[in-house]
Amino acid sequence: MSLATLTENYLESFSDFEARAAGHRLPWLKNLRGDAFARFCQIGFPTTHDEDWRFTNVSALAQTGFRLAPASPTQLSPEAIEPYRVPGAGVQLVFVDGRFAPELSRTAQLPDGVEAGSLAAKIESDPAELEPLLGRYFDSGRDAFSALNTAFLEDGAYIRVRKGIVVEEPICLLFVSSSAAPEANSLVPAAGAIMTHPRNLIVVGENAHAGFLEDYVSLGQDAAFCNSVTVLLAGDHSVATHSMIERENLRSFNVSTLRIQQGRASDVASHSVLLGGALVRNNVHPVLAGEGAECLINGLFVGGGKQHLDNYMLVEHASPRCASRQFYNGILDGHSSGVFHGRIIVQKDAQKTDSKQTNRNLLLSDDARIDTKPQLEIYADDVKCTHGATIGQIDAEALFYLRSRGISEADARKLLLVAFASECLDRMKPGPVRERIEKLIQTCLAQVALSVTSASSSGTGGVGYWEAAE
Amino acid sequence: MSLLEIRNLHAKVDNHEILKGVNLTVNAGEVHSIMGPNGSGKSTLAQVLARRDTYEVTAGEVLFNGKDLLAMKPEEAACEGLFMAFQYPVEIPGIGNAHFLRTAMNAVRRYRHQDEVDAIDFLPLYREKLKLLEMDEKLMSRSLNEGFSGGEKKRNEILQMALLEPKLAILDETDSGLDIDALRIVAQGVNAMRSPDRAIILVTHYQRLLDYIVPDFVDVLVEGRIVRSGGPELALELEDTGYGAMETKVMETAARGGEVRAR
Repeated sequence: MSLATLTENYLESFSDFEARAAGHRLPWLKNLRGDAFARFCQIGFPTTHDEDWRFTNVSALAQTGFRLAPASPTQLSPEAIEPYRVPGAGVQLVFVDGRFAPELSRTAQLPDGVEAGSLAAKIESDPAELEPLLGRYFDSGRDAFSALNTAFLEDGAYIRVRKGIVVEEPICLLFVSSSAAPEANSLVPAAGAIMTHPRNLIVVGENAHAGFLEDYVSLGQDAAFCNSVTVLLAGDHSVATHSMIERENLRSFNVSTLRIQQGRASDVASHSVLLGGALVRNNVHPVLAGEGAECLINGLFVGGGKQHLDNYMLVEHASPRCASRQFYNGILDGHSSGVFHGRIIVQKDAQKTDSKQTNRNLLLSDDARIDTKPQLEIYADDVKCTHGATIGQIDAEALFYLRSRGISEADARKLLLVAFASECLDRMKPGPVRERIEKLIQTCLAQVALSVTSASSSGTGGVGYWEAAE
Repeated sequence: MSLLEIRNLHAKVDNHEILKGVNLTVNAGEVHSIMGPNGSGKSTLAQVLARRDTYEVTAGEVLFNGKDLLAMKPEEAACEGLFMAFQYPVEIPGIGNAHFLRTAMNAVRRYRHQDEVDAIDFLPLYREKLKLLEMDEKLMSRSLNEGFSGGEKKRNEILQMALLEPKLAILDETDSGLDIDALRIVAQGVNAMRSPDRAIILVTHYQRLLDYIVPDFVDVLVEGRIVRSGGPELALELEDTGYGAMETKVMETAARGGEVRAR
C-alpha cells in the first residue's frame, strides 16, 4: 500500500469516526481528536532512523490497511471469555474489539467510593469531569501511536478511586480481540483487519490504595492492531499497582503505553508480562512529579518463533527524593527478538534521586536476539543512578546438576527458566493477579523448555509458545 | 552379575586423553575408595559415570546393573540408581531446595513405577534425614545451595542421596574442604546408607575420610589407570609412601609395554 493510500485509509476512518464518536459535539474533545490526527498525519509512523525505534521496524504494521471495529460490537457468549476471568477478582470490565461490553462485565461488587465503567459512557454522561483530565497529562508529542490513540479516543475504562479508599481486590480490564473472521487461514492480514485504540483513565485519589490488571487476549487467529493508552494518575500518598499481560495471537500488533503521573510520596508498581503478539511495543512512562514518590517498573518478556517484543521505559524524575527501580527479564528463543530501552531523565531540581535499572536476558537459540540500551540524562548533581544489563544462556553446569538427580532435560530447563522468571514474580504482591500470571508463565515456559529440548533451537518456525500453550 | 563393570574405559576432554583404560568391578554391598594424586582422572571417572557430556568416551564399556551405562542420559542413569555427590555442588537461585528435592525424588519414583510423594508426605521423610545429617530445617526453604556454607552444601548432597536411595553412590571428593566435625557428620550419613544391595565409591585424595568410612577395597588411580587394588591397609600405605612410588611404577610398566609418553 502506498503512503498516499495509507494516509487516506486512516483519514477515511477518522472522518467517519469523528462524525459519530461519543462526544463528537463537544468542542474541546473535537479539538483534542482533530489536533492529534493532524499531528499523526504530520509525523507519520516511525522508522528505524528514529532513535526511539532503532530496533523495531513497524513497516509491516504501517502497510496494513486496518479499519475500526464496527459500531455495533461483536456479540460474544459469556462462555467464550470464561477462561480469561481472574478468580478472586471482584470487578471485571470486558472490552470486545475496543468497546465496553456491559453484559460480559462484572461491576456489582464495586466498593463505595469507586467508580469503574466505560469511558465512552462517561463522555456522554459527565464530560465536565473528564475535560480537565483527558488531554492534560498525556501529550502525543513526537509519538505517532500516541497521536493515533488520542485521535481515535472514545472507549476504554474510566476508573476513579476516591480519596482515602482502600480497594482490596484487583480491578481487572479484559481486552478481547474477537477476530473471528472465517478467512482466518489467509496469510496476508485481510484488508480491513481491525484496529482498536482503547484509552483508559485511572484516577487513584489521595491516600487511596488500589490495584489494576489489563489483560490483552485474542479469541481467533486473525491479525489485529491494538494501540492502547492508559493514563494512571496516582494522588499524593496513594499506593497503586498496575499489571499488564499481553497474550494475543501471533499475528497481532500491540502497542501499549502506560503513562503514570505520581503525586507526593505516592508508591506505584508496574508489572508487564509479554507472552504473545507478533510485534509488541510496551511503553512505560512514569513521571515522579511529587517529592518522595517511588516507583517499581517490573517486567518479563518471553518470545519464540518470529516474535518481536520491544520494551521502552522512560522514567522521569521531576522532584527531589524520589526513587525508581526498573527490573526487566527477557527469555528469547527461535528467531525472536527483544528490545529493552531504559531511559532515565533526572531533571535539574530532582536532587537526591535514587534510580536503578537492571535488564537480564536469556537467549535460548543462536538466532534469537536482544538489543538492550540504557540511556541516562541527568541534569541534577546529587543523584544515585545505576544501570546494568546481562545476556546469557542456560547454565550448562546447573542443567547437568538437575539432570543428574533424575530430572528430565525438559523439566530441568523448565525449572531453570521458571527460576529466572521468578525474579519478576517475586516482586509482585501475592494475590489473584500474581496467581494468574504465575500460571501463565508456568504453562508458557514448559512449552519453551520442551521446544528447546526437542528441537535444539531449530524448527520452531512460526509457532510461538503462547499459541502452543493455548 | 556385578553392579558396576568398567572395562578398558578411555575418555578425553578437549582432545586431552584423561582416562587411559580403566578396569574396575564393583559388587553390591561393597564400599570402594578410589584414591590418586591430583590430575590422575578420579573426578573425570566420576563425571563420566554420571554421564556428563563434556567428556568424550573414546573406547571401552561400562555395564551398570547389566545395562549399557554409556548409552544413558544423566537422568536415565540417575533413575536406574546411580548417584554422584558433586565435588562442587551448583548454586541455583530461584529453585527452592525442598521443591527441587521432591521434584527429583518423584522423577526417580515415576521411573521406578512407585507412587509420587506429595508435599505433606515429603515432610516427615526429609525431616528424618535432616536429623541424621544435623541440618537446619531452614535450609529447605532456601534456594538450592545458594549461600550455603561448604559443609552445608556437602551435607545437602548426602541428603539428596539419602532421599533418592541409589544402588550405586559415587562421592566425588566429598571430604574436601570439610572440617573434622562436618566430616564426621557426612560420614555418619554415608555409613547409614551402607547396605548389602548398595555399593558406594568414595573418590578421595586423602586417607582421612577412610578413618570414618572404612572401605572394603582401595583402588589406586594414577595417570588414567587403576594401578593397584587392595584392602583398607593400602590407604595407610599410601599415606606413608605417597603416590610418588606408584607413579614411578606406572612409568616402568609403560616403558616395559613399549609405550612412549611425554611428561
